[in-house]
Amino acid sequence: MPPEVALAIILLPFFSFVIISFVIRPFLKNRPQLSGYITIASIGASLLLSMWVLIEVIKAPGHVLPMPDYQWLVVGDIAISIGVTLDSLAAVMLIVVTSVSLLVQIYSQGYMHGDPGYSRYFAFMSLFTCSMLGLVLADNLLFLYVFWEGVGLCSYLLIGFWFHKPEAARAATKAFVVTRIGDFGFLAAILFLFAKTGTFDIGELHQLALIGALGGTVLTWAAIGVFSGAVGKSAQFPLHTWLPDAMEGPTPVSALIHAATMVAAGVYLVARLFPMFAHSPQAMITVAIIGGFTAIFAATIGLVMNDIKWVLAYSTISQLGYMMLGLGVGGLAVGIFHLFNHAFFKALLFMGAGSVNHATGTFDIREMGGLRKAMPWTFATFLIASLSIAGIWPLSGFWSKEGILAHAWAHQPILFFLAMATVFLTAFYMFRVLFLTFGGEYRGGSSDAHPLRESPLVMILPMALLAILSVISGWLPISGFLGGESHGFFSALASPLALVSLLLAALGILLAYALYSARWLSVESLRQTFAPLHTLFSRKYWLDELYERVFVMRILVDGLFAACHWFDDQVIDGAVNGIAGGTVTAGRVIRRLQTGQLQAYGLAIFIGILAIVACFLIFG
Amino acid sequence: MSFPYLSIIIFLPLMGAIAIALLPRAEPRRVKLIAAFFTLLAFLLSAALFFMFDRSLDGPQFVEQASWIPSINVQYFLGVDGLSLPMLILTTMLGFLAVLVSWRIDRRAREYFAWLLVLETGILGVFCSLDLILFFLFWEVEIIPMYLLISIWGTGRKEYSAMKFVIYTLLGSALMLAGILLLYSHAGTFDMVALAQMGLEPALGSLLATAIFFLLFFGYAVKLPVFPFHTWLPDAHTDAPTAVSLILAGILIKMGGYAMIRVCVSIFPETSQTYAPLLVALAVVSVLYGAAVTLRQRDLKRLIAYSSISHMGYVLLGIFALSQVSMTGATLQMFSHGIITGLLFALVGLVYDKTHVRSIPELGGLARRMPIILVVFSVAGLAALGLPGTSGFAAEFLVFLGSFRSTVVSGIQIYTILGVLGIVITAGYILWMLQRVFYGPPKAQYEGVLDADRLERFTIFSLAAVIMLIGIYPRILTDVIDMGILPIFGGLGL
Repeated sequence: MPPEVALAIILLPFFSFVIISFVIRPFLKNRPQLSGYITIASIGASLLLSMWVLIEVIKAPGHVLPMPDYQWLVVGDIAISIGVTLDSLAAVMLIVVTSVSLLVQIYSQGYMHGDPGYSRYFAFMSLFTCSMLGLVLADNLLFLYVFWEGVGLCSYLLIGFWFHKPEAARAATKAFVVTRIGDFGFLAAILFLFAKTGTFDIGELHQLALIGALGGTVLTWAAIGVFSGAVGKSAQFPLHTWLPDAMEGPTPVSALIHAATMVAAGVYLVARLFPMFAHSPQAMITVAIIGGFTAIFAATIGLVMNDIKWVLAYSTISQLGYMMLGLGVGGLAVGIFHLFNHAFFKALLFMGAGSVNHATGTFDIREMGGLRKAMPWTFATFLIASLSIAGIWPLSGFWSKEGILAHAWAHQPILFFLAMATVFLTAFYMFRVLFLTFGGEYRGGSSDAHPLRESPLVMILPMALLAILSVISGWLPISGFLGGESHGFFSALASPLALVSLLLAALGILLAYALYSARWLSVESLRQTFAPLHTLFSRKYWLDELYERVFVMRILVDGLFAACHWFDDQVIDGAVNGIAGGTVTAGRVIRRLQTGQLQAYGLAIFIGILAIVACFLIFG
Repeated sequence: MSFPYLSIIIFLPLMGAIAIALLPRAEPRRVKLIAAFFTLLAFLLSAALFFMFDRSLDGPQFVEQASWIPSINVQYFLGVDGLSLPMLILTTMLGFLAVLVSWRIDRRAREYFAWLLVLETGILGVFCSLDLILFFLFWEVEIIPMYLLISIWGTGRKEYSAMKFVIYTLLGSALMLAGILLLYSHAGTFDMVALAQMGLEPALGSLLATAIFFLLFFGYAVKLPVFPFHTWLPDAHTDAPTAVSLILAGILIKMGGYAMIRVCVSIFPETSQTYAPLLVALAVVSVLYGAAVTLRQRDLKRLIAYSSISHMGYVLLGIFALSQVSMTGATLQMFSHGIITGLLFALVGLVYDKTHVRSIPELGGLARRMPIILVVFSVAGLAALGLPGTSGFAAEFLVFLGSFRSTVVSGIQIYTILGVLGIVITAGYILWMLQRVFYGPPKAQYEGVLDADRLERFTIFSLAAVIMLIGIYPRILTDVIDMGILPIFGGLGL
């Protein structure tokens, strides 16, 4: 395989961005549909090339293809080159990114139909895909960071796509700034690693960690710095607050952000640097604890949200926590395997939410209900995705979640119990949404909604494809390909751990059924019994308030920064003006000498200089 | 002596100014065309120098050397090396674009454009002089046109701001002149190349070397500006007309950083190392303090002005981290910031021209009215917050990389990390500003507001293109800068 193939995978979506931005938007304004076609064609081509790469990587010895490097910058004693890395991890991620992105673009054709920003939307989507592909392929930390920020930029642009909505503009800024707090740690870690090792190359860093040249507290701090970047991008506690707000973007954007790009980047980063993390027990346990805690923390909030996209957002945060937990307990293969499976069912869930919104004009599950009859396809696919995320055998979610639980059980029993509890919560909140949305009677939707009807084929088709993938993706030998173990199709059911988790998931579904479909139990009385908890969850632990009102506004902007501002105006400038004022008073005496004309001052300076020069001439 | 390229470049704008002054009938359009012609010619010539520049030599090139006042050994000595060439190009490019940005100025157009061109000559002279007295004279030339441009064509408290600028600068240059003369009295020459090679410090003794170093440094610190000598900057930038803000922020303050490397570090390598911890700390204060105060600004132009203080902190950090990479980064940061902030001021000028509002809370929803301005504003803003792929990232990253590995200051890693923290605050104020000015529902009072016209588009697109070009392939400049920094770094004996 020629090395240009890997470049083409990145560049195809980039060309699509360039063509849309510089040709279609300025010159072919009345044919915006071209933008959609070009995007789909370029990402489709990238998908085909990614498959080629995958096949080559499978055939290659050690599942690694050697690739050439190109020199980019030489300054002083530093030389930085660019290159791509093609191993099993990159190959799997390429497939995830291109396939989910392609299906999202097809779906967007229907969802974004008639939007005035249609071309702009596809331009950003192309660039988004390009950045994510670059991030996946980058073989050194600096270039990974470059695309990492590119992914952040595109999320910013797409979350704020409907910029005339103040909430969208706010959410976009929030997403960028919150993730940048994490990026600060990442950048610091890159500088730190370079200062210690003199290289940005990920392969070399792994070698140094392997032979012990990079170890101890240096490695731990570097790994934690890198992980802070991952915490920001993958919306882990405590930097998770941007992701729910990111719902303000168009729904297909959420499907892409939550499945294959942006949030996947953080998990991918940890996986990419896994050999480094693996040599620092402290870093590993940090990753595991943050992941395990985030999984259950976000799930509890997901229990009580009434906006279907908010439930899905917290579910994403929770599932990313699972992935981090999996990586933190040493399960590189299972963590990425879960990312792989999650990409399909989560993209599907968001498309389902978009489809429902298309029909009802709302995302509030209290206003929906009874959509099963009017939207059978949406219902069927949503059901499959929900079963998959709940971890029901033999759907895809089962296989990877099982792997993570098994690893956690072996290494971190406490976190294992948290993860088990999350299995129950996950099943409950997903089926709560399912029953409220599709079961019972229709409760009217938003006031200006048209009669209920199924979404067009262009939206249903990608959903159906994703539904198939949500069933079968777990059967693929991804885990084995990435160096983990695989289970037999039926023998997996023999393990007690699997049976317990299935039981918990079933209980979660049953409870949701009892509360929201059969109404055996009263939701209201349950809520009153657990009133303090309900308030805590529905206010999202007051973290948004804590961050924005207390920390950012009270402590920084109106506190520390205001103090600096006051100091600048009153003390520094005050002193300057004070001295000037004193000089003015003194100057009254010799005012007659002063003409107030700057030209005269200039002349005086010049004469002064001449005088000095003359002095030198005479006395020198 | 070869063909006097540098003299021609330096004096082309002055010749333009004289031509404008001698013009019998001062029709504004003709004045503008003359100004544009002369500045464009200077730009094209300097671009030609950029291609003729030999990237394998580390000394000054295109040298013009003639004795001027022989009795005190003052020379007319010009030359550019890898450090000054980027500054030369930056100046001629922004000088030309400043004329285009001023296209709508019709009030006393003849004087305005004449002064603008004189200003450019002064700045060009600073970057090309290799004799301290010549350097000082050019340094002073800039003050008068700047004072007049702000106080006549400015807005707001323009007389106050102009006078503040003049007093600060004169104070700085008085000390600088004292430093230069002290230096001369011991070395017997004003030749900057010879002074750098002499290794003067042992002869001077540490006390005298320190005194001269800080006399000179103070003059440059006011210009850059360094906390706490910065309060002239927001006032002058805010009240100056758009093109003058562009020159001030784009080039003028770079004279400070340039001179710190060219004079302070080159001639006083030992003293620089001794005081590097202090200056690096001051740099970090400038970065964080500047960013904190920027975040509080409610006036669009003042916000951009304050952000310069923070960004110039990175220049100071890079210079006094005293590593080859960090000084190259600092020089790239000067160029990059010149383009980025020049563009930001041009854009703020456009927004103000069209809406007559500069208060951020009053603006809002302009995205639909001025989509092109929004796109370029976003590019410039993202470059200011150091997004990879823009020149801002390339420059700041080199500064961080070089500083982090520097061996001169112990604990510089902590300072660098604190400096990196600045990029979070920068993201905050840039994105907040974009959000408040452009996003949100369109406001009724900006109903008929127009987007950039053809000439304006040319100006802002060309600057945005330079930002992207350097961001994607910084070697265009770093290969040149690196050769300029090499002998200076060598002189440090590290």
